[in-house]
Amino acid sequence: MAQPVPFLEDFDAVLPGAGTGWLDRLRADAQEAFRKSGLPTPRTEAWKYTNLRRLARTGFVAAEANQTTEVTTVPEGIVALEDAYVAVFVNGRFAPSLSSLDGLSEGVEATSLAAKLSADRTSLEGQFSDVTDLPMATLNTGLLSDGLYLKLDDGVALDKPLHLVSIGTAGEEPVSFHPRHLIVAGAGSVATIVESHVGSGAYFSNSVSEVSVGDGAVLNHYKLQNEGPEAYHLAANLVRIADRAVYDNFVLQVGGNLARNEIRSELGERVECRLNGAYLACGEQHIDNTTFIDHAAPNSSSREVYKGVLDENARGVFQGKILVRQDSQKTDGHQLNKTLLLSPGTEIDTKPELEIYADDVQCSHGATTGELEEEPLFYLRARGIDPQTARGMLVAAFVGEALDEIQAEAPRAAFQAVVDDWLESRSERQG
Amino acid sequence: MAVSTETLEQVNSIAEDGYKHGFVTDIEQESAPKGLNEDIIRFISAKKEEPEWLLEWRLKAYRHWLTMPEPEWAKVDFPPIDYQDAYYYSAPKSDADKPKSLDEVDPKLLETYEKLGIPLREQEVLAGVAVDAVFDSVSVATTYKKKLEEVGVIFCSFSEAVQEHPELVQKYLGSVVPYADNKHACLNCAVFTDGSFVYIPKGVRCPMELSTYFRINAENTGQFERTLIIADEGSYVSYLEGCTAPQRDEHQLHAAVVELVALDDAEIKYSTVQNWYPGDEEGRGGIYNFVTKRGACRGKNSKIAWTQVETGSAITWKYPSCLLIGDNSVGEFYSVAITANRQQADTGTKMIHIGKNTSSTIISKGISAGRADQSYRGLVKVMASAEGARNFTQCDSLLIGDQCGAHTVPYIETSNPSARVEHEATTAKISEDQLFYCLQRGLSAEEAVSVIVNGFCKEVMKTLPMEFAVEAQKLIGISLEGSVG
Amino acid sequence: MSLIEIRDLHATVDGKEILKGIDLTIEAGEVHAIMGPNGSGKSTLSYVLAGRDGYEVTSGQVLFDGEDLLEMEADERARSGLFLAFQYPVEIPGVATTTFLKTAVNAVREHRGEGALDAMQFLKFVREKAGALNINDDMLRRALNVGFSGGEKKRNEVLQMAVLEPKFAVLDETDSGLDIDALKIVADGVNALRGAERGMLVITHYQRLLDYIVPDHVHILAGGKIIQSGDKTLALELEEKGYASFVGAEAA
Ligand SMILES: Nc1ncnc2c1ncn2[C@@H]1O[C@H](COP(=O)(O)OP(=O)(O)OP(=O)(O)O)[C@@H](O)[C@H]1O
Ligand SMILES: [Mg+2]
Repeated sequence: MAQPVPFLEDFDAVLPGAGTGWLDRLRADAQEAFRKSGLPTPRTEAWKYTNLRRLARTGFVAAEANQTTEVTTVPEGIVALEDAYVAVFVNGRFAPSLSSLDGLSEGVEATSLAAKLSADRTSLEGQFSDVTDLPMATLNTGLLSDGLYLKLDDGVALDKPLHLVSIGTAGEEPVSFHPRHLIVAGAGSVATIVESHVGSGAYFSNSVSEVSVGDGAVLNHYKLQNEGPEAYHLAANLVRIADRAVYDNFVLQVGGNLARNEIRSELGERVECRLNGAYLACGEQHIDNTTFIDHAAPNSSSREVYKGVLDENARGVFQGKILVRQDSQKTDGHQLNKTLLLSPGTEIDTKPELEIYADDVQCSHGATTGELEEEPLFYLRARGIDPQTARGMLVAAFVGEALDEIQAEAPRAAFQAVVDDWLESRSERQG
Repeated sequence: MAVSTETLEQVNSIAEDGYKHGFVTDIEQESAPKGLNEDIIRFISAKKEEPEWLLEWRLKAYRHWLTMPEPEWAKVDFPPIDYQDAYYYSAPKSDADKPKSLDEVDPKLLETYEKLGIPLREQEVLAGVAVDAVFDSVSVATTYKKKLEEVGVIFCSFSEAVQEHPELVQKYLGSVVPYADNKHACLNCAVFTDGSFVYIPKGVRCPMELSTYFRINAENTGQFERTLIIADEGSYVSYLEGCTAPQRDEHQLHAAVVELVALDDAEIKYSTVQNWYPGDEEGRGGIYNFVTKRGACRGKNSKIAWTQVETGSAITWKYPSCLLIGDNSVGEFYSVAITANRQQADTGTKMIHIGKNTSSTIISKGISAGRADQSYRGLVKVMASAEGARNFTQCDSLLIGDQCGAHTVPYIETSNPSARVEHEATTAKISEDQLFYCLQRGLSAEEAVSVIVNGFCKEVMKTLPMEFAVEAQKLIGISLEGSVG
Repeated sequence: MSLIEIRDLHATVDGKEILKGIDLTIEAGEVHAIMGPNGSGKSTLSYVLAGRDGYEVTSGQVLFDGEDLLEMEADERARSGLFLAFQYPVEIPGVATTTFLKTAVNAVREHRGEGALDAMQFLKFVREKAGALNINDDMLRRALNVGFSGGEKKRNEVLQMAVLEPKFAVLDETDSGLDIDALKIVADGVNALRGAERGMLVITHYQRLLDYIVPDHVHILAGGKIIQSGDKTLALELEEKGYASFVGAEAA
């Protein structure tokens, strides 16, 4: 490749834990792999609809080497949770002064990855997954430095949600960071994790979250992507769900210039996996949701509802694949993606996919795109409701069907509030 | 009707023998040497006394073909094709090589024809009985031909059209499927030997299903077949390609191209029943059916409907598509694909909405049994210009047995908010309840499967021309013989 | 001034003329019934009055309380006091029935210069009306018409009429799909709204509804025109003889 490889060239800071054999090798191998693959292009099937050309041209420098901007308060736009443990990361680095992790009960370990590495260099050996088929996650491994480390011992129940807040911030120069989060929920544990991604300036967040849900555990995992308007947000979530576990995931994407949230989940036996989400975009935003559900064992069920609302010139992408392996009999897998297009400049590309090798299964997917239906609109107007309010009600109802999928009550209300705000500001824009 | 697993196997093995047999007896015939190069293409063109422009077009395609990689995105698996290890031109078999009457044809093959209810005369043609022995059908064909001429419909072989109607051929050839479209189509452009040509003049409703005529004349259409159908303003034609009966064929690779053009207010209904040799239970032999079919609804209010029943071939790679250019034009795709044993099929459609208020319907029913693998692959694209476009897609897959696979890969791209696109897909196994119900009413397991699968495919089957619907229905049963234990 | 005055109304749907000159005047305090064969244009008339897109008025005039109805948008008509109980009420997933009712009621109240009801006042108000129609809280909590039975949808339409208190209501086959008990409940609901200020147009196929809601006038609509008008006995006559004799008479 004639061009310099982005992100690796100007990276010269010393990474946490450098000099540790296994870690050095892990990073070096990943860097080498990324050097070979480079950024994915639309020729790669998985990136057919999301083009990183503009990101490549932006010339991001590593945030770690250029931490000029101080952040003293958590900005607005995060999920409003009354009562939660909070772990704040600024440009991918743990910010203890903004965090509050006091009072965690016994059997819960919540710390930063960097702290964990410096305390015990061997502690995380073998804990990171092989991500070689995901180029951006490979880059993340190559520059692995910090993130959340959360471990719940077997049978532990977290008494209130843990709120992971990621703040991106950039001054004149665009910066990039590559947080790596490790979440290990032991057998029979119960927890709710909420993520908020916010920020300002031109930054690029390239995160990887590895989530392991133990035998019979119940993990609620909800994410709000509300990055600043100049931000690039790429996130890979690798989720392993052990037998009899329940994983309830919801992703709400409203922010960012270009954002992609990718979830890969691997299901054990008798698992209940719920991947739901909503995306609301306007202006020139590009929002991508890519999910992969691997039914690797029998008797599990997966359910997926993604709803999108696109306005102005926004572009949405939804790719959802359900794989049912040959031995995964009695699989129940259902997926739904609906997108509302509110204005002529919008575009939605949807690719639902079923790959099925077992016969005793019930699988389906459905996808629709279009504008608001005329009939309900007329019905509301025939009851005296003005067109703008009527439209607002119908759009809210449309997104509401996805929000209803969130199992935990308090987060559901908090996410609802974010959606309401978005709809509010939309109707204000329309004046 | 008790049909045994053995029958199918035997029919298959006959076909396979026929396949081997073909090469051996070819020697004395006038053919080009093995392999592919510009000289071979010049030879083909010269043999057919083609005009210069057509030779140039073939060569252009060939040169481009050399630069094209094999398409790899389809979910099919086969060893690389050695293009140099094949013949690209051989004159039709002489009558001397053919069976003189049905008495010389394998009785098992005839038994299958019988089950499908194919009339005796047609059986002779299908079994490749020498033409002079089939006097009746020739005269039937002549009657049809006269009827068509009366209303001005042109229906002839592609070679004949090149000689008789060069202006039409030159105007429309490659106008729907450009020569560089994909590797298989490109190869066809370079080496096609014959095919069919249809022109329906303005305002004419073709007085008969072109199927009937076609089936009688369908002999030796060749490995690289090319079809071009033009429906001029306000005309209508229904065309049926292929046969419900098993086809004996000597070639493994079939790369056909079909182009349809519908002008203002015209309608083309194109139905296919494909039952090429699928290979044996272990996946040995069988046809590679790599077909590019595309229709352009150029005119306003035009309509193109594809119906396909695909039960044969070792590998099917086929996406009959519609370019909906004219305002209010309509595209339809109805498909039943059955794969058993080691068959692989990657099939579907593309509906490209360009004109205003264009609408498309896709109904795809896939049945996978044995160790077969099947994919539906489809694209619905709504361009920003396609105000008010509509699409409805329903893809259902049925699995019979736990060793087969069924995959659904739709791409939906919408850039017009007034368009409404709906896609639904389901995958499930054949219902135990339904099976039990049928068994309880005295049906055998095979009959029960046949009944249930036919029900599953009903929406598609009912779009077939009447006389073929009955045969196609029986074919479904026969294709799945031996799939339930 | 009449409550509503329809003069020589012609309307097309998808370029096809459905209404071919309707003349009909309804005074405040009156209930009129329209009967007519399937496809004669009854629902079309109700949609034209309610202002549905795609129903194009090609000529004629409609005065509602002296104002030009056809100039108004659908929601303006509703706020001005025109109500349509739909023949086929649409299901709207995700919109809770109460939320919807509250938005509608307050939109109408605001238009009349009455203050908006707060959540408590509204709930009390709705419960009262709903109770009379045998609609329970559970139905109110559910999404609008979603999963409602045919009869429940129709009762919900009447509930909406009751809370919106229109000046003029068109009921399009509100009786179809109702069992005997429900029919009585609905008819009681409708009768409770009858009053000197209010007019109604009841579209139905069955005399039996008119036993409960006794009309002042009955009209027969066929082929997009009113071919006969009379008092309530016309409905009885119609039930006895069928449409054929009336339609035939017109053609002759
Ligand atoms: N969108 C449309 N396009 C074309 N014709 C339409 C359309 N909508 C309605 N029509 C036709 O208009 C005519 C009148 O329909 P309408 O619904 O008003 O009848 P109706 O009297 O209410 O019948 P019913 O008693 O069955 O409710 C019918 O012939 C119908 O088919
Ligand atoms: Mg009606």
